[in-house]
Amino acid sequence: MSIFSPHIMLGYLLSANFLHAALMTVWISLASLLAGMVIGLVLAAGQEVPSRFVRGLITAYLWLFRGTPVLLQLVFAFNVLPVFGIVLPAYACAVLALGLNEGAYMTEIMRSGIRAVGPGQRTAARALGFEERQIMLSVVLPQALRIVIPPIGNQFNGMLKLSALVSVIGVQELLLTADQTASMNFRYLETLTVAGLYYLLMTTVLMVIQVFIERACSRRRGRSAKAAALKLFSPANLGLVR
Amino acid sequence: MSLLLEGIAIWKGYGGDDVLKGVDLKVNEGECLVIVGPSGSGKSTLLKCLNLLEPISSGSILFEGREIAGLRRHEAALVRRRIGMVFQSFELFQHLSAEDNIALARIKVLGDEPARAREMARHLLRKVHLPDKAEMYPDELSGGQQQRVAIARALAMQPALMLYDEPTSALDPETVGEVLDVMQELADDGMTSIVVTHEMSFARRAANRVIFLDGGRIAHSGSSESFFSDAVPDRVARFLGRIRA
Repeated sequence: MSIFSPHIMLGYLLSANFLHAALMTVWISLASLLAGMVIGLVLAAGQEVPSRFVRGLITAYLWLFRGTPVLLQLVFAFNVLPVFGIVLPAYACAVLALGLNEGAYMTEIMRSGIRAVGPGQRTAARALGFEERQIMLSVVLPQALRIVIPPIGNQFNGMLKLSALVSVIGVQELLLTADQTASMNFRYLETLTVAGLYYLLMTTVLMVIQVFIERACSRRRGRSAKAAALKLFSPANLGLVR
Repeated sequence: MSLLLEGIAIWKGYGGDDVLKGVDLKVNEGECLVIVGPSGSGKSTLLKCLNLLEPISSGSILFEGREIAGLRRHEAALVRRRIGMVFQSFELFQHLSAEDNIALARIKVLGDEPARAREMARHLLRKVHLPDKAEMYPDELSGGQQQRVAIARALAMQPALMLYDEPTSALDPETVGEVLDVMQELADDGMTSIVVTHEMSFARRAANRVIFLDGGRIAHSGSSESFFSDAVPDRVARFLGRIRA
Protein backbone atom coordinates (compact mmCIF):
# COMPACT_ATOMS: atom_id res chain seq x y z
CA MET A 1 0.00 0.00 0.00
CA SER A 2 1.53 3.30 -1.14
CA ILE A 3 1.65 6.16 1.31
CA PHE A 4 -0.44 8.38 -0.92
CA SER A 5 -2.75 7.41 -3.74
CA PRO A 6 -3.98 10.30 -5.90
CA HIS A 7 -6.46 7.95 -7.47
CA ILE A 8 -8.15 7.16 -4.17
CA MET A 9 -8.11 10.79 -3.17
CA LEU A 10 -9.79 11.85 -6.40
CA GLY A 11 -12.38 9.16 -5.85
CA TYR A 12 -13.22 10.59 -2.42
CA LEU A 13 -13.16 14.12 -3.74
CA LEU A 14 -15.90 13.33 -6.23
CA SER A 15 -17.85 10.89 -4.07
CA ALA A 16 -21.45 11.61 -3.11
CA ASN A 17 -20.56 10.97 0.54
CA PHE A 18 -18.08 13.82 0.76
CA LEU A 19 -20.23 16.12 -1.33
CA HIS A 20 -23.16 15.55 1.02
CA ALA A 21 -20.90 16.08 4.00
CA ALA A 22 -19.63 19.36 2.56
CA LEU A 23 -23.17 20.53 1.93
CA MET A 24 -24.02 19.63 5.52
CA THR A 25 -21.09 21.72 6.71
CA VAL A 26 -22.24 24.66 4.59
CA TRP A 27 -25.83 24.25 5.74
CA ILE A 28 -24.95 24.07 9.46
CA SER A 29 -22.59 27.04 9.17
CA LEU A 30 -24.98 29.18 7.18
CA ALA A 31 -27.96 28.44 9.43
CA SER A 32 -25.93 29.07 12.60
CA LEU A 33 -24.45 32.26 11.21
CA LEU A 34 -27.83 33.62 10.11
CA ALA A 35 -29.35 32.74 13.48
CA GLY A 36 -26.39 34.45 15.14
CA MET A 37 -26.78 37.55 12.99
CA VAL A 38 -30.47 37.90 13.76
CA ILE A 39 -29.83 37.40 17.48
CA GLY A 40 -26.91 39.83 17.33
CA LEU A 41 -28.83 42.53 15.49
CA VAL A 42 -31.82 42.35 17.81
CA LEU A 43 -29.75 42.24 21.00
CA ALA A 44 -27.39 44.99 19.88
CA ALA A 45 -30.38 47.22 19.20
CA GLY A 46 -31.79 45.99 22.54
CA GLN A 47 -28.73 47.22 24.37
CA GLU A 48 -29.60 50.75 23.30
CA VAL A 49 -32.94 50.75 25.12
CA PRO A 50 -33.19 52.52 28.47
CA SER A 51 -34.60 49.49 30.37
CA ARG A 52 -32.00 48.14 32.78
CA PHE A 53 -33.82 44.83 33.01
CA VAL A 54 -33.54 44.24 29.25
CA ARG A 55 -29.88 45.21 29.19
CA GLY A 56 -29.25 42.98 32.21
CA LEU A 57 -30.79 39.99 30.45
CA ILE A 58 -28.65 40.61 27.37
CA THR A 59 -25.52 40.92 29.46
CA ALA A 60 -26.36 37.63 31.21
CA TYR A 61 -26.72 35.92 27.84
CA LEU A 62 -23.38 37.28 26.62
CA TRP A 63 -21.72 36.25 29.87
CA LEU A 64 -23.07 32.71 29.65
CA PHE A 65 -22.39 31.97 26.00
CA ARG A 66 -19.04 33.70 25.73
CA GLY A 67 -17.91 32.33 29.04
CA THR A 68 -18.29 28.61 28.34
CA PRO A 69 -16.79 26.45 25.58
CA VAL A 70 -18.96 26.05 22.52
CA LEU A 71 -18.20 22.34 22.62
CA LEU A 72 -19.79 22.18 26.06
CA GLN A 73 -22.85 24.06 24.78
CA LEU A 74 -23.10 21.62 21.90
CA VAL A 75 -22.91 18.52 24.04
CA PHE A 76 -25.27 20.15 26.53
CA ALA A 77 -27.90 20.76 23.86
CA PHE A 78 -27.57 17.19 22.64
CA ASN A 79 -27.43 15.35 25.97
CA VAL A 80 -29.17 17.53 28.55
CA LEU A 81 -32.16 18.91 26.66
CA PRO A 82 -33.68 15.42 26.23
CA VAL A 83 -33.70 15.11 30.02
CA PHE A 84 -36.25 17.94 30.01
CA GLY A 85 -38.24 16.26 27.27
CA ILE A 86 -36.83 18.34 24.45
CA VAL A 87 -35.59 15.86 21.89
CA LEU A 88 -34.15 17.47 18.79
CA PRO A 89 -32.41 15.88 15.83
CA ALA A 90 -28.61 16.20 16.00
CA TYR A 91 -28.38 18.83 13.26
CA ALA A 92 -30.98 20.97 15.07
CA CYS A 93 -28.95 20.74 18.30
CA ALA A 94 -25.93 21.78 16.27
CA VAL A 95 -27.60 24.86 14.83
CA LEU A 96 -29.14 25.71 18.21
CA ALA A 97 -25.83 25.61 20.06
CA LEU A 98 -23.69 27.19 17.35
CA GLY A 99 -26.35 29.81 16.62
CA LEU A 100 -26.73 30.85 20.24
CA ASN A 101 -22.97 30.94 20.68
CA GLU A 102 -22.53 32.94 17.50
CA GLY A 103 -25.32 35.29 18.57
CA ALA A 104 -23.29 36.33 21.61
CA TYR A 105 -20.30 37.30 19.49
CA MET A 106 -22.48 38.91 16.81
CA THR A 107 -24.13 41.07 19.47
CA GLU A 108 -20.75 42.56 20.27
CA ILE A 109 -19.89 43.01 16.59
CA MET A 110 -23.20 44.66 15.79
CA ARG A 111 -22.89 46.83 18.89
CA SER A 112 -19.48 48.05 17.84
CA GLY A 113 -20.92 48.83 14.40
CA ILE A 114 -23.81 50.77 15.89
CA ARG A 115 -21.50 52.65 18.24
CA ALA A 116 -19.17 53.49 15.35
CA VAL A 117 -21.91 55.62 13.83
CA GLY A 118 -21.26 58.94 15.53
CA PRO A 119 -23.83 60.52 17.85
CA GLY A 120 -23.92 63.55 15.54
CA GLN A 121 -25.64 61.45 12.88
CA ARG A 122 -28.47 60.68 15.28
CA THR A 123 -28.70 64.28 16.40
CA ALA A 124 -28.93 65.40 12.77
CA ALA A 125 -31.74 62.92 12.11
CA ARG A 126 -33.52 63.95 15.30
CA ALA A 127 -33.28 67.59 14.25
CA LEU A 128 -35.06 66.69 11.00
CA GLY A 129 -37.98 65.26 12.95
CA PHE A 130 -37.11 61.56 12.77
CA GLU A 131 -38.49 59.31 15.52
CA GLU A 132 -36.02 57.09 17.38
CA ARG A 133 -37.05 53.87 15.60
CA GLN A 134 -36.71 55.52 12.19
CA ILE A 135 -33.27 56.82 13.14
CA MET A 136 -32.12 53.30 13.93
CA LEU A 137 -33.57 51.85 10.71
CA SER A 138 -32.80 54.59 8.20
CA VAL A 139 -29.63 56.20 9.52
CA VAL A 140 -27.75 54.05 12.04
CA LEU A 141 -28.18 50.45 10.85
CA PRO A 142 -27.41 51.07 7.14
CA GLN A 143 -24.09 52.61 8.17
CA ALA A 144 -23.40 50.09 10.93
CA LEU A 145 -23.95 47.10 8.61
CA ARG A 146 -21.29 48.35 6.20
CA ILE A 147 -18.86 48.64 9.08
CA VAL A 148 -19.48 45.09 10.31
CA ILE A 149 -19.08 43.30 6.97
CA PRO A 150 -15.37 42.46 7.52
CA PRO A 151 -15.83 41.08 11.07
CA ILE A 152 -18.91 39.12 9.95
CA GLY A 153 -16.84 37.65 7.12
CA ASN A 154 -14.35 36.63 9.77
CA GLN A 155 -17.06 35.00 11.84
CA PHE A 156 -18.40 33.07 8.87
CA ASN A 157 -14.92 31.84 8.04
CA GLY A 158 -14.49 30.76 11.65
CA MET A 159 -17.92 29.16 11.67
CA LEU A 160 -17.15 26.96 8.65
CA LYS A 161 -14.30 25.43 10.60
CA LEU A 162 -15.98 25.53 13.99
CA SER A 163 -18.78 23.42 12.52
CA ALA A 164 -16.33 20.47 12.55
CA LEU A 165 -17.11 20.28 16.28
CA VAL A 166 -20.61 19.02 15.59
CA SER A 167 -19.08 15.73 14.48
CA VAL A 168 -19.00 14.84 18.20
CA ILE A 169 -22.79 14.67 18.30
CA GLY A 170 -22.91 12.58 15.15
CA VAL A 171 -23.87 15.12 12.51
CA GLN A 172 -22.63 13.76 9.21
CA GLU A 173 -20.45 16.71 8.20
CA LEU A 174 -17.01 16.78 6.60
CA LEU A 175 -14.77 15.82 9.49
CA LEU A 176 -16.94 12.94 10.69
CA THR A 177 -17.28 11.64 7.13
CA ALA A 178 -13.54 11.80 6.61
CA ASP A 179 -12.88 10.07 9.91
CA GLN A 180 -15.42 7.32 9.30
CA THR A 181 -14.20 6.73 5.76
CA ALA A 182 -10.61 6.45 6.95
CA SER A 183 -11.47 4.09 9.76
CA MET A 184 -12.55 1.57 7.15
CA ASN A 185 -9.30 1.48 5.19
CA PHE A 186 -6.86 3.66 7.16
CA ARG A 187 -6.47 6.05 4.22
CA TYR A 188 -6.23 8.98 6.63
CA LEU A 189 -3.97 11.02 4.40
CA GLU A 190 -6.39 10.91 1.49
CA THR A 191 -9.62 11.37 3.43
CA LEU A 192 -8.36 14.20 5.64
CA THR A 193 -6.75 15.89 2.63
CA VAL A 194 -10.07 15.75 0.80
CA ALA A 195 -11.85 17.23 3.83
CA GLY A 196 -9.19 19.93 4.00
CA LEU A 197 -9.60 20.70 0.30
CA TYR A 198 -13.34 21.10 0.75
CA TYR A 199 -12.80 23.47 3.67
CA LEU A 200 -10.34 25.50 1.60
CA LEU A 201 -12.75 25.63 -1.31
CA MET A 202 -15.53 26.89 0.95
CA THR A 203 -13.44 29.51 2.70
CA THR A 204 -12.05 30.73 -0.63
CA VAL A 205 -15.49 31.11 -2.15
CA LEU A 206 -16.50 32.96 1.00
CA MET A 207 -13.57 35.37 0.70
CA VAL A 208 -14.49 36.18 -2.89
CA ILE A 209 -18.14 36.71 -1.94
CA GLN A 210 -17.07 39.02 0.86
CA VAL A 211 -14.96 41.14 -1.47
CA PHE A 212 -17.87 41.54 -3.84
CA ILE A 213 -20.28 42.45 -1.07
CA GLU A 214 -17.84 45.04 0.22
CA ARG A 215 -17.40 46.35 -3.28
CA ALA A 216 -21.13 46.64 -3.80
CA CYS A 217 -21.43 48.49 -0.52
CA SER A 218 -18.49 50.79 -1.03
CA ARG A 219 -20.11 53.61 -2.82
CA ARG A 220 -17.27 54.78 -4.96
CA ARG A 221 -17.64 53.93 -8.59
CA GLY A 222 -14.81 53.29 -11.01
CA ARG A 223 -13.22 50.61 -8.89
CA SER A 224 -13.25 47.52 -11.11
CA ALA A 225 -13.82 43.92 -10.14
CA LYS A 226 -10.31 43.26 -11.36
CA ALA A 227 -8.88 45.71 -8.87
CA ALA A 228 -10.86 44.03 -6.12
CA ALA A 229 -9.52 40.63 -7.14
CA LEU A 230 -5.96 41.94 -7.28
CA LYS A 231 -6.36 43.33 -3.80
CA LEU A 232 -7.83 40.04 -2.56
CA PHE A 233 -4.85 38.04 -3.75
CA SER A 234 -2.24 40.66 -2.97
CA PRO A 235 0.70 39.45 -0.84
CA ALA A 236 -0.36 41.69 2.02
CA ASN A 237 -3.87 40.26 2.04
CA LEU A 238 -2.61 36.69 1.98
CA GLY A 239 -0.47 37.40 5.00
CA LEU A 240 2.82 36.93 3.11
CA VAL A 241 4.12 40.37 4.02
CA ARG A 242 3.43 42.44 7.03
CA MET B 1 -44.06 91.34 11.57
CA SER B 2 -45.37 88.56 13.74
CA LEU B 3 -43.50 86.84 16.50
CA LEU B 4 -42.29 83.36 15.51
CA LEU B 5 -40.24 82.24 18.46
CA GLU B 6 -39.94 83.53 21.98
CA GLY B 7 -37.73 82.26 24.76
CA ILE B 8 -38.55 83.42 28.26
CA ALA B 9 -36.09 83.01 31.13
CA ILE B 10 -34.52 79.89 29.64
CA TRP B 11 -32.46 78.17 32.28
CA LYS B 12 -30.36 75.11 31.55
CA GLY B 13 -28.25 73.21 34.06
CA TYR B 14 -26.04 70.18 33.52
CA GLY B 15 -25.56 68.55 36.90
CA GLY B 16 -24.19 71.38 39.02
CA ASP B 17 -23.26 73.67 36.11
CA ASP B 18 -25.67 76.28 34.88
CA VAL B 19 -25.02 76.80 31.19
CA LEU B 20 -27.92 79.13 30.51
CA LYS B 21 -29.06 81.50 33.24
CA GLY B 22 -32.32 83.05 32.24
CA VAL B 23 -32.06 83.86 28.55
CA ASP B 24 -34.84 85.89 26.92
CA LEU B 25 -35.05 86.20 23.18
CA LYS B 26 -37.54 86.97 20.46
CA VAL B 27 -37.42 86.25 16.75
CA ASN B 28 -39.93 87.73 14.35
CA GLU B 29 -40.88 86.11 11.09
CA GLY B 30 -38.36 86.92 8.37
CA GLU B 31 -35.74 88.09 10.85
CA CYS B 32 -32.14 87.01 11.11
CA LEU B 33 -30.86 86.88 14.66
CA VAL B 34 -27.14 86.40 15.17
CA ILE B 35 -25.79 85.10 18.47
CA VAL B 36 -22.15 85.78 19.27
CA GLY B 37 -20.06 85.19 22.33
CA PRO B 38 -16.97 83.43 23.65
CA SER B 39 -16.81 79.64 23.59
CA GLY B 40 -18.51 78.07 26.55
CA SER B 41 -20.98 80.93 26.80
CA GLY B 42 -23.88 78.60 26.02
CA LYS B 43 -24.59 79.56 22.40
CA SER B 44 -24.80 76.01 21.04
CA THR B 45 -26.72 74.81 24.07
CA LEU B 46 -29.23 77.61 23.53
CA LEU B 47 -29.83 76.49 19.94
CA LYS B 48 -30.23 72.85 21.00
CA CYS B 49 -32.76 73.91 23.62
CA LEU B 50 -34.76 75.91 21.08
CA ASN B 51 -35.46 72.86 18.91
CA LEU B 52 -35.84 70.55 21.91
CA LEU B 53 -32.70 68.50 21.32
CA GLU B 54 -31.92 69.41 24.93
CA PRO B 55 -34.59 69.76 27.62
CA ILE B 56 -34.49 73.06 29.51
CA SER B 57 -34.41 73.18 33.29
CA SER B 58 -36.90 76.02 33.58
CA GLY B 59 -38.39 78.77 31.51
CA SER B 60 -40.59 78.83 28.49
CA ILE B 61 -40.25 78.48 24.72
CA LEU B 62 -43.10 79.67 22.52
CA PHE B 63 -42.97 78.61 18.88
CA GLU B 64 -45.72 79.84 16.56
CA GLY B 65 -47.58 80.94 19.65
CA ARG B 66 -47.49 77.55 21.38
CA GLU B 67 -45.54 76.40 24.41
CA ILE B 68 -43.08 73.73 23.24
CA ALA B 69 -40.77 73.37 26.24
CA GLY B 70 -41.23 69.98 27.90
CA LEU B 71 -43.06 68.36 25.00
CA ARG B 72 -42.87 64.59 24.93
CA ARG B 73 -40.81 62.68 22.38
CA HIS B 74 -43.35 62.34 19.60
CA GLU B 75 -44.66 65.89 19.95
CA ALA B 76 -41.10 67.22 20.06
CA ALA B 77 -40.31 65.38 16.81
CA LEU B 78 -43.30 67.07 15.19
CA VAL B 79 -41.99 70.49 16.25
CA ARG B 80 -38.50 69.68 14.94
CA ARG B 81 -39.90 69.08 11.46
CA ARG B 82 -40.71 72.80 11.45
CA ILE B 83 -37.25 73.89 12.65
CA GLY B 84 -34.25 73.20 10.43
CA MET B 85 -30.80 72.85 11.95
CA VAL B 86 -27.31 73.06 10.49
CA PHE B 87 -24.33 71.78 12.46
CA GLN B 88 -20.71 72.80 12.68
CA SER B 89 -19.66 69.28 11.62
CA PHE B 90 -22.26 69.04 8.78
CA GLU B 91 -23.37 65.54 9.85
CA LEU B 92 -24.51 64.49 6.39
CA PHE B 93 -25.60 60.85 6.33
CA GLN B 94 -22.42 59.17 5.15
CA HIS B 95 -24.12 56.28 3.36
CA LEU B 96 -26.30 58.47 1.13
CA SER B 97 -25.65 60.65 -1.90
CA ALA B 98 -26.23 64.40 -1.66
CA GLU B 99 -29.63 64.00 -3.28
CA ASP B 100 -30.68 61.15 -0.97
CA ASN B 101 -29.44 63.05 2.08
CA ILE B 102 -31.87 65.81 1.21
CA ALA B 103 -34.71 63.49 0.23
CA LEU B 104 -34.48 61.03 3.15
CA ALA B 105 -36.53 62.96 5.70
CA ARG B 106 -39.16 63.83 3.08
CA ILE B 107 -39.53 60.12 2.35
CA LYS B 108 -39.20 58.61 5.83
CA VAL B 109 -40.66 61.35 8.01
CA LEU B 110 -43.30 62.91 5.78
CA GLY B 111 -44.01 59.83 3.64
CA ASP B 112 -43.39 61.56 0.30
CA GLU B 113 -43.10 59.62 -2.95
CA PRO B 114 -39.35 58.98 -3.42
CA ALA B 115 -39.43 60.37 -6.98
CA ARG B 116 -41.09 63.57 -5.82
CA ALA B 117 -38.71 63.93 -2.87
CA ARG B 118 -35.69 63.53 -5.16
CA GLU B 119 -37.05 66.08 -7.57
CA MET B 120 -37.35 68.50 -4.68
CA ALA B 121 -33.82 67.59 -3.60
CA ARG B 122 -32.44 68.50 -7.02
CA HIS B 123 -34.31 71.76 -6.91
CA LEU B 124 -32.77 72.54 -3.52
CA LEU B 125 -29.30 71.59 -4.76
CA ARG B 126 -29.67 74.24 -7.46
CA LYS B 127 -30.73 76.68 -4.78
CA VAL B 128 -27.50 76.11 -2.82
CA HIS B 129 -25.49 76.31 -6.06
CA LEU B 130 -24.63 72.60 -6.29
CA PRO B 131 -26.69 71.52 -9.31
CA ASP B 132 -24.16 68.90 -10.45
CA LYS B 133 -23.45 67.21 -7.10
CA ALA B 134 -26.65 65.15 -6.70
CA GLU B 135 -24.88 61.80 -7.10
CA MET B 136 -21.85 62.65 -4.96
CA TYR B 137 -21.34 61.16 -1.52
CA PRO B 138 -20.40 63.31 1.48
CA ASP B 139 -16.77 62.18 1.47
CA GLU B 140 -16.45 63.25 -2.16
CA LEU B 141 -17.50 66.82 -1.36
CA SER B 142 -15.50 69.70 0.12
CA GLY B 143 -16.48 71.04 3.53
CA GLY B 144 -18.24 74.03 2.03
CA GLN B 145 -20.16 71.82 -0.37
CA GLN B 146 -21.13 69.43 2.42
CA GLN B 147 -22.41 72.29 4.51
CA ARG B 148 -24.50 73.60 1.62
CA VAL B 149 -25.99 70.11 1.15
CA ALA B 150 -26.73 70.12 4.89
CA ILE B 151 -28.54 73.44 4.49
CA ALA B 152 -30.55 71.99 1.59
CA ARG B 153 -31.33 68.93 3.72
CA ALA B 154 -32.78 71.16 6.43
CA LEU B 155 -34.69 73.24 3.87
CA ALA B 156 -36.30 70.12 2.43
CA MET B 157 -38.60 69.96 5.43
CA GLN B 158 -39.80 73.47 4.57
CA PRO B 159 -39.07 74.76 8.06
CA ALA B 160 -40.45 77.96 9.49
CA LEU B 161 -37.14 78.61 11.21
CA MET B 162 -33.51 77.74 10.51
CA LEU B 163 -30.91 77.30 13.25
CA TYR B 164 -27.24 77.47 12.29
CA ASP B 165 -24.74 76.27 14.90
CA GLU B 166 -21.35 77.71 13.91
CA PRO B 167 -21.89 76.59 10.32
CA THR B 168 -18.53 77.83 9.05
CA SER B 169 -16.25 77.10 12.01
CA ALA B 170 -15.04 73.79 10.58
CA LEU B 171 -14.40 75.19 7.09
CA ASP B 172 -11.24 76.43 5.53
CA PRO B 173 -11.34 80.18 4.86
CA GLU B 174 -11.80 79.78 1.12
CA THR B 175 -15.11 77.95 1.40
CA VAL B 176 -16.57 80.01 4.26
CA GLY B 177 -17.84 82.60 1.79
CA GLU B 178 -19.88 80.18 -0.31
CA VAL B 179 -21.78 78.95 2.75
CA LEU B 180 -22.37 82.44 4.13
CA ASP B 181 -23.60 83.58 0.71
CA VAL B 182 -26.23 80.85 0.66
CA MET B 183 -27.31 81.74 4.20
CA GLN B 184 -27.56 85.39 3.27
CA GLU B 185 -29.60 84.62 0.15
CA LEU B 186 -32.02 82.60 2.25
CA ALA B 187 -32.28 85.39 4.80
CA ASP B 188 -32.89 87.90 2.01
CA ASP B 189 -35.67 85.64 0.72
CA GLY B 190 -37.33 85.96 4.10
CA MET B 191 -36.19 82.75 5.82
CA THR B 192 -36.28 83.31 9.56
CA SER B 193 -32.96 82.28 11.04
CA ILE B 194 -30.93 82.17 14.21
CA VAL B 195 -27.21 81.98 13.56
CA VAL B 196 -24.46 81.22 16.04
CA THR B 197 -21.26 82.39 14.41
CA HIS B 198 -17.95 84.14 14.79
CA GLU B 199 -18.26 85.66 11.32
CA MET B 200 -18.81 89.31 12.16
CA SER B 201 -18.96 90.25 8.49
CA PHE B 202 -22.02 88.03 8.17
CA ALA B 203 -23.58 89.53 11.28
CA ARG B 204 -23.05 92.99 9.89
CA ARG B 205 -24.51 92.17 6.48
CA ALA B 206 -27.36 89.80 7.25
CA ALA B 207 -28.42 90.22 10.86
CA ASN B 208 -31.38 92.28 11.95
CA ARG B 209 -30.32 91.90 15.55
CA VAL B 210 -27.29 90.61 17.38
CA ILE B 211 -27.16 89.03 20.81
CA PHE B 212 -23.96 88.81 22.80
CA LEU B 213 -24.04 85.81 25.12
CA ASP B 214 -21.56 85.65 27.96
CA GLY B 215 -21.53 83.11 30.80
CA GLY B 216 -25.04 81.91 30.02
CA ARG B 217 -26.57 85.40 30.10
CA ILE B 218 -27.35 87.92 27.43
CA ALA B 219 -24.73 90.57 28.07
CA HIS B 220 -25.84 92.82 25.28
CA SER B 221 -28.33 92.83 22.46
CA GLY B 222 -29.26 95.32 19.80
CA SER B 223 -29.76 96.02 16.14
CA SER B 224 -26.81 95.11 14.01
CA GLU B 225 -26.06 98.79 13.34
CA SER B 226 -25.91 99.65 17.02
CA PHE B 227 -23.96 96.49 17.76
CA PHE B 228 -21.09 97.43 15.52
CA SER B 229 -21.09 101.09 16.50
CA ASP B 230 -18.75 102.36 19.19
CA ALA B 231 -21.50 102.60 21.75
CA VAL B 232 -21.27 99.02 23.03
CA PRO B 233 -20.24 97.94 26.51
CA ASP B 234 -16.54 97.33 27.12
CA ARG B 235 -16.97 93.56 27.38
CA VAL B 236 -18.53 93.39 23.91
CA ALA B 237 -15.98 95.77 22.44
CA ARG B 238 -13.14 93.65 23.85
CA PHE B 239 -14.67 90.49 22.38
CA LEU B 240 -15.20 92.06 18.98
CA GLY B 241 -11.71 93.51 19.07
CA ARG B 242 -10.23 90.11 19.76
CA ILE B 243 -12.17 88.50 16.93
CA ARG B 244 -11.07 91.16 14.49
CA ALA B 245 -7.45 90.87 15.60
